[in-house]
Amino acid sequence: MDIIEPLVKIVFIFLITLTTVAYLVLVERRVSAFIQNRIGPNRVGPAGLLQPVADIVKLFLKEDIVPKAANKFVHSLAPLISLVVAMTTFAVIPFGNSIHLFGRDIKLMIADVNVGILYILALSSLGVYGITLSGWSSNNKYSLLGGLRSSAQMISYELSMGLSIIGVLMIAGTLRLDKIVESQAQGMWYFWRTPISFITFVIASFAETNRLPFDLPEAEPELVGGYHTEYSGMKFGLFFLAEYANMITASAIIVTLYLGGWQLPFVGHIGLPDLAVSLLQIAAFGVKVGLVLLFFIVIRWTIPRFRYDQLMNIGWKVMLPLALANILITGVALLW
Amino acid sequence: MEQSKVIRKKDLTLLERMYIPEILKGMRITIGQMFKPKFTVQYPEDKFVPSASFRGRPVLVEENGIERCVACGLCSRVCPALAIEVQASETVENKERYPEKFEINMLRCILCGFCEEVCPEEAIIMSNEYELVFENQKDALFAKDKLLVPIEKVQARLDFLRSHR
Repeated sequence: MDIIEPLVKIVFIFLITLTTVAYLVLVERRVSAFIQNRIGPNRVGPAGLLQPVADIVKLFLKEDIVPKAANKFVHSLAPLISLVVAMTTFAVIPFGNSIHLFGRDIKLMIADVNVGILYILALSSLGVYGITLSGWSSNNKYSLLGGLRSSAQMISYELSMGLSIIGVLMIAGTLRLDKIVESQAQGMWYFWRTPISFITFVIASFAETNRLPFDLPEAEPELVGGYHTEYSGMKFGLFFLAEYANMITASAIIVTLYLGGWQLPFVGHIGLPDLAVSLLQIAAFGVKVGLVLLFFIVIRWTIPRFRYDQLMNIGWKVMLPLALANILITGVALLW
Repeated sequence: MEQSKVIRKKDLTLLERMYIPEILKGMRITIGQMFKPKFTVQYPEDKFVPSASFRGRPVLVEENGIERCVACGLCSRVCPALAIEVQASETVENKERYPEKFEINMLRCILCGFCEEVCPEEAIIMSNEYELVFENQKDALFAKDKLLVPIEKVQARLDFLRSHR
């Protein structure tokens, strides 16, 4: 019995994440089209809703080309690392309060780890392996450059990411993500309480997910396709999947840490049945994650890419001091 | 006598260097653009209607039921892609000569419009039709039955040519 519950949750999360990824690609294409006064893909199915299916079928039918001089094992391994890391991070994110179903309380997170945040940080730093190894194993100078850039970028921004979380941890006093969400009840979101930490964390998340303005590892004008230049077919598809799964995970973390997670203010006082309240909270989590994802997409079509030196400048000379200052300010405020 | 003046852009102000307000300004513009009317023409349903200056497929002008062409062969001579074939013959009409066979290979035609420029009778002109798709090479040979177009349909192009001559 105890093995079934996590399995059901894993399948549930897996399916939801994969469908969200598929439709996120469509949303990105439609939103970018709207921003550029175009219409975007609207032919496959009603309003283009079957476009993801067509995309996936296309990727599966493409020839899978491995360069002759590539390290074949690592070449195949790299996209898997990217995807696995992106998906497993979701294991500790609470997407709802505990729900009462079939006579038992079910906690809406897969793994109830007491070091949730450390687990997220550890896994997100593993993500760099996928990109760096793909760049190295392709035996292509552009891929290698992309992979190296990505490792430099991720290492620089991981630091400020970890430091900016500390502000939240100091107020919450725990590493458990469900307790962090609970401490944000009644609209006391950490977004209001530690705005500097919020800003630095969001910027670092952009860098961690390789999204514009930090998409130097795959900068098209300079590096052809960056680390995935030599990938085709479903291996490229896996990188694509991993990028968007990373986006979803990053926005889920942002929502959990700063935007109140599944908390929906005032919903507890209306007198709804418990089940309805639980479902509303799950919906609230979904809507918040969706809005953050939309923010990710709009940012991508708003700002140009940073230069490499600007990237390093911002990472080490701005983000790091800001995150440190935030710890100091939070500490002083807590003592007061 | 100052010969050269150093032009220096103003440094960014502190607020601009903080990036975040500027990014929000940029996002306001991009989000504003989302709700503006679109430029996309949904092709198979709505079709782009070209203006008179457009060079679509060449057609022969048909006036009072017969073609204007006198089969002088200038278009065939000037055609850089060698797409036009004309065979002349005699007729009882005023013009005395007419093209017995007039064929344009639309796979060769590059829509340069030289034939239209060189034509002394304004008999061959560029229409506004741009949908040139063939399933085999034979379909691409446009004979007189496809080339002849009544003058009313191409009046806009004729007026355009007169006004720019």
